[in-house]
Amino acid sequence: MDKVSCGCGGGSPVQLTHIEMQAGPAPVLSTVVMWRDVLGGWRVRWGMGRMRYRVAPGLYRVGEPDKQSPVLVTANYKLTVDAVRRELAGLSVWLLVLDTKGVNVWCAAGKGTFGTAELVRRVEAANLAGVVEHRNLIVPQLGATGVAAHEVKRSTGFTVRYGPVRAGDIRAYLAGGMKATPAMRRIAFGWKDRLILAPVEVVGVLKPAIVILAALTVLDVLRYRSLSWRVAADFAPFLAAMFAGGVLTPLLLPWLPSRVFAIKGAVAGAVCVAAALIALPGGAIAAAGTALVAIAIASYMGMMFTGSTTFTNFAGARLEVRRALPPIVVAAALGAVLRVAAAFV
Amino acid sequence: MQYLLSGDSLVLDQALCNGCGRCEEVCPHAVYSVVNRKAVVANRGNCMQCGACRMNCPAGAIAVSTGVGCAAAIIGAMRRGDGGGASCDCA
Ligand code: SF4
Ligand code: SF4
Repeated sequence: MDKVSCGCGGGSPVQLTHIEMQAGPAPVLSTVVMWRDVLGGWRVRWGMGRMRYRVAPGLYRVGEPDKQSPVLVTANYKLTVDAVRRELAGLSVWLLVLDTKGVNVWCAAGKGTFGTAELVRRVEAANLAGVVEHRNLIVPQLGATGVAAHEVKRSTGFTVRYGPVRAGDIRAYLAGGMKATPAMRRIAFGWKDRLILAPVEVVGVLKPAIVILAALTVLDVLRYRSLSWRVAADFAPFLAAMFAGGVLTPLLLPWLPSRVFAIKGAVAGAVCVAAALIALPGGAIAAAGTALVAIAIASYMGMMFTGSTTFTNFAGARLEVRRALPPIVVAAALGAVLRVAAAFV
Repeated sequence: MQYLLSGDSLVLDQALCNGCGRCEEVCPHAVYSVVNRKAVVANRGNCMQCGACRMNCPAGAIAVSTGVGCAAAIIGAMRRGDGGGASCDCA
């Protein structure tokens, strides 16, 4: 299957920095997230070493859990485990880590790897029924797409209770007697959530961007017979388009017009590209070509952001691709022709 | 926020519903409310067709067609000549 980047992990298991083995049925998981973990998180979001970001699956102890302590279920993507254990400082709980091949809860639940079968298997492998006396499993709510609570109950005797969407609400959820407030159940997707995904978008277009900038350099050399400051001026609209599609579109998502992401990207792109062209003017034909290609890039990047959101659906995204991709390709091709023509007139 | 075709394929068969409230519990977009021990689709337009409610309805009262709302995955599937096989290649 082709690789489509969506910011999740895969690859061979990596041990957590601070797991100490102790006497007892399960290894201890520290609640302290070290700077190394944080740095690793940044590297993964920027697409470096994403393939090796796993925690060994199985049952872990956090604090000093006993037979009454709650059991939390999570995925073995290291960033997910980090986010959860950071919230558990001072608490005593069991953490059951499912083998999702290093993919986060939401993506893995969609694929079914965070699912009924794996949960049942891990409950049995850890002999959970012998470790705790109660019969409750706290599963993150976003895992519900893969887990059928009634089937888990039938197979294991454990009742699935869906916990909060965000790790940050776990403490309040436990303190409130395993009751999630309506706010804990909603996906908020605020500006911070959107902005943190920007690196994924930018890295996604890095290779084509380098090709375009190299082609521009060649065209400029052909036109002016030398490498001049104009090359830098020529780059500006394209860098503006990448900024518009990769950063502004996610950030301003709710306020950009239309439900269609390609249009949101094109609008943000048009504004930024126009600004760049006005600031650093050139010939009319070249400017028209540049604008077409650059706005097509911003529009395409906007469309790619559909995969990072929490409210798009398959049928809608398919409709968007079918309607928006042909005009994007035509605009980019036409723009490229104009841009090449401008180099020779 | 709402997207194209949000909630289009969601079908709830109230005759089968036993009022357990699981759908309301698992839905991350507050699409359902349970009134007089029957689930009601209260905010169809917010549904992202994730399938969590269908998966967790013990009565089999919910149908919804699911899939990743991800243009990159859809374009990937098109390039492989596989119209319905878009999947989020997270791994
Ligand atoms: S989960 Fe199914 S049975 Fe339970 S309230 Fe919802 S529709 Fe009714
Ligand atoms: S498919 Fe997902 S978003 Fe739609 S109603 Fe069901 S749980 Fe809610």
